[in-house]
Amino acid sequence: MCLAVPGKIVRWLDHDPTFGRAEVEFAGIRRICHMACVPDAAEGDYVLVHAGIAITQIDAVEAQRVLEDLAILNDVDEEHAL
Amino acid sequence: MKYVDEYRDPRLARSLLHEIRQTATQCWVLMEVCGGQTHGLLKSGIIQELEGVVELIHGPGCPVCVTPAEAIDFAQELALRPGVLLTTFGDMLRVPGSRESLLTVRARGGNVRLVYSPLDAVELARQNPSQQVVFFAVGFETTAPATALSVLQAAQLGLDNFSLLVAHVRVQPAMEAILQSAECRVQGFLAAGHVCTISGVTSYEELSARYGVPIVVTGFEPVDLLLGIQDCVAQLESGTASVSNQYQRNVRDAGNRHAMHIMSDVYATADRPWRGLGTIPSGGLVLRPEWRQFDAEYRFQRPTPTLLIECADCRSGDVLAGRIKPPACESFGTRCTPESPLGAPMVSSEGACAAYYRHAPKSGPHAVSITNTGR
Ligand code: SF4
Repeated sequence: MCLAVPGKIVRWLDHDPTFGRAEVEFAGIRRICHMACVPDAAEGDYVLVHAGIAITQIDAVEAQRVLEDLAILNDVDEEHAL
Repeated sequence: MKYVDEYRDPRLARSLLHEIRQTATQCWVLMEVCGGQTHGLLKSGIIQELEGVVELIHGPGCPVCVTPAEAIDFAQELALRPGVLLTTFGDMLRVPGSRESLLTVRARGGNVRLVYSPLDAVELARQNPSQQVVFFAVGFETTAPATALSVLQAAQLGLDNFSLLVAHVRVQPAMEAILQSAECRVQGFLAAGHVCTISGVTSYEELSARYGVPIVVTGFEPVDLLLGIQDCVAQLESGTASVSNQYQRNVRDAGNRHAMHIMSDVYATADRPWRGLGTIPSGGLVLRPEWRQFDAEYRFQRPTPTLLIECADCRSGDVLAGRIKPPACESFGTRCTPESPLGAPMVSSEGACAAYYRHAPKSGPHAVSITNTGR
């Protein structure tokens, strides 16, 4: 039930604090999502959507950092395996 | 899908598994709080891979499973009243109340409609002014902002035919209840990542300090889950216990202040019975008195709840509290299956019994994503 899916903001439709909505794309499928909890997110940003509303903005820099750290760890492991 | 596929990379998962095995000098007992994590751990084969290194106890994080039968009974009763349209999430449909489920109520004429979002229920109310639309609001802090927003929208639209039947629960008090129980074996928590997008990280600090347990905010994909486990194991090995965040791409330390503002506008905390766990102090949310006209409990007279007799063959209370694993229940897989469930944990997509039934250890074809994927 707490499933939340990442999607990219394609277009803001309405910036109202209660009725704010945007078009969000999920793996090629576009849906209209409520944006009251992420009013500062911009077009092109990624958000996590649950039950029709965006609940958080995805931090792209942080996401990249984790993957890069892991890639280094992985390389070290592979060297050890040789 | 971006931000999903990268965190399923079997190579990264394997090097994390290796790290964890290197770090652990004994078998640590961790609880993953959320049922979505339980499914991820079983489906990816992580539980099997870490046998003897980390034991994972499955937490109560299945909102559908902990919704009390009397709330489900009331929802069913509302669905049968003339002029009422009961709306809820798909997960709720097959969960047994004390006698039957919303599915059977619908089959005998109950007006039940599944919606993807509570805001769709607001739209239904707007389009159908002659019907009383009730949204059966279950879920953790992840879901509560959406239902709170539905009240704000209905108020602004001036709708007098929309209300919520609120059965929201709060995760942190349930974690504390588990830590307080005498038979608690949990040495560290993987906190529910999506709940934390709303409630944040710092709110766990007191709990971690008071009970001396590491609490690591953890996501749902295999790499996320392993990062959480690795952090927890490293803390336990070094004798420290703090709160850390291994789901930083989605979780800010302070949570989502916009969402929390909407929630606290609409809801207050209250003691709440959890199915299988008993009443948990501050374990739930109720509508504030100023929103009473949107409260289904107030709008429709609720019948005095009958004394509940839970099915004696179902050990869901023990499963939800992490006292037993589903296969230890005698009904598991025999009298209780997803097709004919005796208890909620076998129904829900987040229930631990359903997770074991679907991705049972050693069920070959399922346990593929880490172990069998070639480089
Ligand atoms: S297997 Fe079925 S009967 Fe046993 S605890 Fe789980 S839901 Fe209840």
